[in-house]
Amino acid sequence: MEKATRFTLRVKITVVIFLVLFFLPIYTGLTDNGFYLDLVNRLMILAIAAASLNLILGHGGMISFGHAAYLGIGAYCVGIPAYYGVDNGPLQIFLAVAASGIFALITGAICLRTKGVYFIMITMAFTQMVFFGFVSVEEYGGDDGLVIDTRSNFGSFINIEDNINLYYFILISLIICLFLIHKITKSRFGLVIEGSRSNEQRMRSIGFDTYRYRLICYVIAGCICGYAGALLGNFTNFISPEMMDWAASGELIFMVILGGTGSLLGPVFGAAAFVILEEWLSSLTLYWHFIFGALLIMVVLFARGGISGIVTYLGNRKQ
Amino acid sequence: MDWVLFVTQILNGLQLGVLLFLLASGLTLIFGIMDFVNLAHGSLYMIGAYFCGTFTDITDSFFYGIILAIPATAVVGVIVEIIIIRRLYSQDHLDHVLATFGLILCFDALVHFAWGPEGMAIPLPAILDGQIEILPDIVFPTFRLLIITTGLTLAIILYLVITRTRSGMLIRAGASNRTMIGALGIDIKTLFTLVFGAGAAMAGLAGMMISPITEASIGMGNDIIIVAFVVIIIGGIGSVKGAFIAAILVGFIDTMGRSFLDTFLKLLLSAESAETAAPALSAMLIYILMATILIFRPQGLFPPRGR
Repeated sequence: MEKATRFTLRVKITVVIFLVLFFLPIYTGLTDNGFYLDLVNRLMILAIAAASLNLILGHGGMISFGHAAYLGIGAYCVGIPAYYGVDNGPLQIFLAVAASGIFALITGAICLRTKGVYFIMITMAFTQMVFFGFVSVEEYGGDDGLVIDTRSNFGSFINIEDNINLYYFILISLIICLFLIHKITKSRFGLVIEGSRSNEQRMRSIGFDTYRYRLICYVIAGCICGYAGALLGNFTNFISPEMMDWAASGELIFMVILGGTGSLLGPVFGAAAFVILEEWLSSLTLYWHFIFGALLIMVVLFARGGISGIVTYLGNRKQ
Repeated sequence: MDWVLFVTQILNGLQLGVLLFLLASGLTLIFGIMDFVNLAHGSLYMIGAYFCGTFTDITDSFFYGIILAIPATAVVGVIVEIIIIRRLYSQDHLDHVLATFGLILCFDALVHFAWGPEGMAIPLPAILDGQIEILPDIVFPTFRLLIITTGLTLAIILYLVITRTRSGMLIRAGASNRTMIGALGIDIKTLFTLVFGAGAAMAGLAGMMISPITEASIGMGNDIIIVAFVVIIIGGIGSVKGAFIAAILVGFIDTMGRSFLDTFLKLLLSAESAETAAPALSAMLIYILMATILIFRPQGLFPPRGR
């Protein structure tokens, strides 16, 4: 009984969210309000990134404080080819996913040899390395960033130069990524990952090479986030190393925790809450970072389940 | 090779190294004893610089500015420890990271509110503003020399405190077994607070010493704190000796990489590709160093015993 009510509330909310997302462009088209479309685009891209982070952080217990690196790598994989006049969409996406995967494989192989605080700090340091790497490459704008003149070209399949098309492209990407992550977490592979979070020693003694499983999981998360980065590059038409500033990685973790680590939609809630809060607070006061920071501390001290936990709580209470 | 430049860069590397040590020693002590990850350590570095600027303005003397700013930063550290950090010790590392990330945002906003968005230049007194000829033909700014001597002196004092005094003994005991020293009747809570305050004071001092060169600015701590992390990872988290050696190593390698890597690469590559590769590579050098060391020693160079 208890489980059933929680399930329905969850499903109801999910359906409502995706219906709203699906019809939003019609509303913004009628009211001629492109601002909300942009806001939701950003929200959905960050939701993909946060969901990929949740795969390693929530399910795998790997606290990566450098996940924004993949957003940057993905975006640069759109920007750098575009800089040379190559706007082939599938190629750019492939580059973004492949480059992120390779970076995740190399850094993950080193990071995953360590544990706990070392892991947090090393992931952070590697991202900072990429950050400084791009800052010092003058050819691609360095510190100032790089303007992307043309969005990815998918030929006759879809023309994302049009904002509405881009919106649906991102929405469908979000759904596919969430579905993919759902499948991964429910698979045997996902269970091994989950198991090595709660008791790695036991998993190893059963005979699983947890290092290899975790590394693969780390690479998958990197690839998905790299894809989100490619979308982000297309959406903003501008890339700068600031996208992978370590504050950006911190914000991604915040989204995951704010939404709640346990569930599939948690990161989506988290990203939504983050983007809306940011927009709202920054319109209120110049010093909105203070409120933001204080909120973060409050969440850690008093609301560990995040938004998803609150939904579960309400679902349980209603029965 | 240009020897004058070489010696100057060695000194610059040493200067960066001792600054990193001031930051890293606090970080590594706080982690070693309390098992606490403090991302906001860089904010104390920033607060120290701003305090120093304000006190220098009021007293009209850089020395008084520093003398007043050190305890002030320590007090800020102690207050933060008592209000927020203390509640976090029992939680996991993810919570530490998130809460202290929140603290950074708060500190940055507070500094923005109190001192405005622009940086704050801190004038040096005339005695320190000149240069000294340390070797024939080699002149070096007096103030940078002072930073090096202060940093090295503090390193020695810290070493003596930790190895020779009773509080140092408690710190070492706390680092190897917290529960045990609690059971022996030591007031760990106060010990934690004091160590946190001392760490804050050292981070603040580092900020005070760099600010006349770079000026105090919002977010100044956020970049250097990652380098300080690299330092304590290389040194072995929890080890002050490791932090010292790694800080000097990182300081040297970073400075040398930035000045000589292009010359070195030109021996291997064409001049043009060396010009493009050198800046990117030298910016990444310390991270590559960290990765290499971790491949062979996942716990860093001097992992503390007993955990």
